[in-house]
Amino acid sequence: MSRVVYIAANTFREAIRDRVLYNLIAFALLLSGAAILVGQISIDIERLVVVNLGLTAVSLFGVVITIFIGIGLVSKEMEKRTLYTVLSRPVRRWEFIVGKFLGLAGTLFVNTFFMAIGVFAALLYVSHKFHSADAWILVALFFIVLQFVILCSLTLLFSSFSSPLLSAVFAFSLFVIGSFAEDLRLFARMTRGLGLTHGLAATAAYLVPNFSALNVIGQVAHEQPISAHLIAYNTGYALVYSTMAICGAVLIFERRNLK
Amino acid sequence: MSGSRKVTVTASVLLLFSLAGSVLLLRCLDQVRSRAPLEDVLYLNSPKWVKRLSLGYDGLLADIYWTRAVQYFGSRHVSRAEDYKLLAPLLEITTALDPKLIVAYQFGANFVAPNLPEGAGMPDKAVALLEYGIRNNPDNWKLYYELGFIYYYMKPTDYAKAAESFERGTKVPNAHPFLRVLAAQMAQHAGEIETSRMLWQTAYATTQEDLMRKNAIAHLRALKVDEDITGLEKMVTQYEEQTGRLPPSINVLIGTGMLLGVPVDPDGKPYKLMTDGRFELRNPDDFPFAVKGLPPGYKSGPPKFH
Repeated sequence: MSRVVYIAANTFREAIRDRVLYNLIAFALLLSGAAILVGQISIDIERLVVVNLGLTAVSLFGVVITIFIGIGLVSKEMEKRTLYTVLSRPVRRWEFIVGKFLGLAGTLFVNTFFMAIGVFAALLYVSHKFHSADAWILVALFFIVLQFVILCSLTLLFSSFSSPLLSAVFAFSLFVIGSFAEDLRLFARMTRGLGLTHGLAATAAYLVPNFSALNVIGQVAHEQPISAHLIAYNTGYALVYSTMAICGAVLIFERRNLK
Repeated sequence: MSGSRKVTVTASVLLLFSLAGSVLLLRCLDQVRSRAPLEDVLYLNSPKWVKRLSLGYDGLLADIYWTRAVQYFGSRHVSRAEDYKLLAPLLEITTALDPKLIVAYQFGANFVAPNLPEGAGMPDKAVALLEYGIRNNPDNWKLYYELGFIYYYMKPTDYAKAAESFERGTKVPNAHPFLRVLAAQMAQHAGEIETSRMLWQTAYATTQEDLMRKNAIAHLRALKVDEDITGLEKMVTQYEEQTGRLPPSINVLIGTGMLLGVPVDPDGKPYKLMTDGRFELRNPDDFPFAVKGLPPGYKSGPPKFH
């Protein structure tokens, strides 16, 4: 277990060394600029804009970071030949994969934590005080982190067998498709009774990651509460889905010829 | 068991359990999250913006929007929904993206015009859609035909505009010869059932779409029922005038020579003579568009196309 933690810590350190957290500067500029600008040119939507823009930016920045770091997790180590050094030590291949996953997830968690501070600071600037409904923003941020966890596992899965460019394409496509996952399941329900078409549609609808249920930005922007059931199911789903993708990555990587 | 094999087995078992777990949790999530906002959300409702954002891939996007309009109409139609508020905007976007997409005008107008719950109950929108289609495709006679069709089925029927639409269609090269007949019949306000029959027969003959053909057949079957019941009830009135009472059974009408045999519906099932002198269908659900021969207070279910 300590080997997994060690690899995770190294992955985290490497990401920080790659100046990943520089995105926080762009994020801070975007959010403070929007907060000041909207306050001057609009009426009564300052809070709405800060929440919508803030959470959307957290999500998109995170998705971009996840994909661009995630796709190189395995291939970069192979290119630099560091993978062979790591695997020649008493480190199992599955430990390498799980460690990489935890390292990237940790990086994203820290990044999101700082961005969340930025969102709440901008919110305080425009509203002058916090309201109880603002607590739901924490839930939305938690769901965004869950999105990152799923996406991390998927990029790792793709990077375990594919080139970085293709992995990026696959991961980004799945992110877009997964954002319409609920519509996909609706279409699958509509094809009920169409035999093979329904079978294919239902399989696709259940296999793609469900990112749409994890997006509650609109709801929290309008101060609507999030049900405890949704929080529990989403948490369970993100953990189960990422476990599935990590297992897939482990199975592929175990068999991969690294010579 | 070797270390690598142990990892493979464990990871495979975990993968299968996770897969089952994710399907189970998705089902739970579907129950927690209301589906209404999903169906009722039009992410972008300005046709101009959608066209700009399509980056030139407007043909493909039009196909996607058309499919979405069909799915939207289909799902709400089956559930006997009380409104179709996204239908007209979806069709507007579709046709703005691809003004040459004839099916969107042809079938879209037929989704929008009929009264609830058969359609969206917005004949004005259907007319606007078809006029836009005609402006962009002036040489397509089917659009004039659909326009006349909509005016005819509007309540109250606008015979003048229906005749004018069919007449405009006759001037298009290669127009169906029926248009001339239809234009004349509209101008005369002649034979309601006969005109309806001709419209649905043309609808059947001019489409390759299976569902639209089945729809035309269902309407033709209903027209036959309406015609039969009208005739039968006239006989009952005639019998009552002659004898001063209602006929107690169909056999009595046969005995007087008014009927040659037991009258049957298009499925071959005998009509029922009721004690108040009305005739009723045995299975009204099999004729969703019939307006006669229905029990008092009857509400039809979703149409079944035979």
